[in-house]
Amino acid sequence: MNHAFEARVSVIDDGAVVTMSGTVDRAAKQDLEAAYDEASSSPGRVLLDFRGVDYINSTGIAVIVGVLAMARAENREVGAFGLTEHYREVFNITRLADFMTIYEDETAAVAAG
Amino acid sequence: MVQLMRRRRTEGTEPTPTSSQVAASKTRLIDAIPIPPGDPLETLLLTSGGPVRLRDLDLESEALVSIRAAGVELIVPLIGQGELLGALYLGPRLSDQPYSTDDRRLLGSLASQVAPAMKVAQLVREQQAEAEERERIQQELQVAALIQQTLLPKELPAIPGWHVDAFYRPARAVGGDFYDFIPLADGRLGVVIGDVTDKGVPAALVMATCRSMLRSAAQRHDSPSAVLSDVNGALVPEIPPAMFVTCLYAIIDTAAGEVVFANAGHNLPYVRSSEGVIELRATGMPLGLMPDMPYDEQRYLMAPGEVMVLTSDGITEAHSPEGEMYGFARLMNRVARKPSDGDLVAAIVTELESFTGETAEQEDDITLVVVRRTMSAQESASAFDHPLEMIDRFTLASEDGNERIAIDRVTVAVDPLALGTGRLERLKTAVGETVMNAIEHGNQNRRDLDVDVEVSANEHVVSVRVTDQGGSAAMPQVATPDIEAKLAGEQTPRGWGLFLVEQMVDEVRSTSDGGAHTIELIMNREGAG
Repeated sequence: MNHAFEARVSVIDDGAVVTMSGTVDRAAKQDLEAAYDEASSSPGRVLLDFRGVDYINSTGIAVIVGVLAMARAENREVGAFGLTEHYREVFNITRLADFMTIYEDETAAVAAG
Repeated sequence: MVQLMRRRRTEGTEPTPTSSQVAASKTRLIDAIPIPPGDPLETLLLTSGGPVRLRDLDLESEALVSIRAAGVELIVPLIGQGELLGALYLGPRLSDQPYSTDDRRLLGSLASQVAPAMKVAQLVREQQAEAEERERIQQELQVAALIQQTLLPKELPAIPGWHVDAFYRPARAVGGDFYDFIPLADGRLGVVIGDVTDKGVPAALVMATCRSMLRSAAQRHDSPSAVLSDVNGALVPEIPPAMFVTCLYAIIDTAAGEVVFANAGHNLPYVRSSEGVIELRATGMPLGLMPDMPYDEQRYLMAPGEVMVLTSDGITEAHSPEGEMYGFARLMNRVARKPSDGDLVAAIVTELESFTGETAEQEDDITLVVVRRTMSAQESASAFDHPLEMIDRFTLASEDGNERIAIDRVTVAVDPLALGTGRLERLKTAVGETVMNAIEHGNQNRRDLDVDVEVSANEHVVSVRVTDQGGSAAMPQVATPDIEAKLAGEQTPRGWGLFLVEQMVDEVRSTSDGGAHTIELIMNREGAG
């Protein structure tokens, strides 16, 4: 069954990390957008941490596209880490990967700043 | 007695004395002595306003020294549009009298009429030379294009179980791209793609030579590495200096699906496998640079449904109007996505055109060869002649989120088939999206309408049939979602579902009996992944 989506925001040196858990689908829209708003209140990039995410479907991809559109509008860099190999493939196929930097893991993502 | 010194801008013949100039017995021909640009004499003549007597001159000028030594007494400058077009050198008068003021006035007046005519003649000559040069280049390009197009394959190989497609578009200056298909014994097929450095006729001739060498070596050796070594050895003494050829040669065993390949410095081929896009790597120096080069040989087993893409650098090195290069990453990305109409060649060319801008002149030749291993007629027949055995069957209410139940049930059902992680994950995503589509679009979220899911398999394939009550509605046409438009807010962020399904499995079939509508997902059990 669906695992409720949760997102919390932590600040790092050059931006903020949105740590997600549960299912990314259309039900996650409000919470993810709120988390992005919070993360983007400080200057710098926004990193999406997918380690706790167990399922992303096409409606979830649409939610992520929405977040990328918000970031693009304010020229903010978005990065992601913690994606499984399968979802990395999905992000490549849908070309989400062209609009965010996908990192191998948290260390690489944070170090890239 | 009189010699015309003509300043030439372009190479031409030396002025020759005419018969009238040497008619009288006392006449003597004065050599044409050039006045180099920037010589003080040039400045003096340009400002003199008429003929100049040598005895009046006191200048540090090398030209003047030679002119004096030749016995010249008077120089009549020919000036047009502020430029010294030439000068008449006159020796002593036959009467041995000095030139009178009248003589000089007459010569000055003559010069002022001659100069414009000379200027016109000079312009005409220059334009003719330019036109001839343009025509020569044009003819050369036509010859190069003719050589190239004559030698490129006229037909694509038709092999059961394979689909081969190719694209070639020369740049205006015709680069040295080529590709070739060489039929070999035992149903094997040789595939060549190459690029000669340089452009025009020289490149076309090297391409023609290289092509014949490859064709002949391909009949002598069964190993691509041996073929490239052989051609390299033959090409080194023949090829003009500073030219070389990058080339990839692959032999496809069309029955087994095995590709054996060697690469002489050409762009790496890409294969879209069920694990994503992979590069087929093999190392080797371009052909024609150095003798006795070794060529690494590698193998790859292409599974049904996989596609191999060979390209020339005219694609990856094309630039956008902003000067950005198309690059390998974009190409890989394009190869990764199945075009909705299955035409990968058209998809790559279209994307490249939109990247470079349609009005931009193509920088280099563009060459593309796409080899797809389809499920052979035989394999396809055996997959469906072997009856599918049902593994699981269940019904779900049309409720938001129920696709997760479907995913979990299918995961358990196919567990004994040991599909492998990559394949299983893709099947799960495809099942989730298809069931979601059935709930939302087929059954319009009506809880009283069911979604039926049936999982079956035989030794070749897994099939998942998802049936809703949406009636005869045809499956929506799957267009590639335009993420740029979505990001710009011009397109709804939605619309990924069926697009993803098509990318995830090997085949999607849609059937309808008027009431029920079924989408069948078919995934091969074997092959890469």
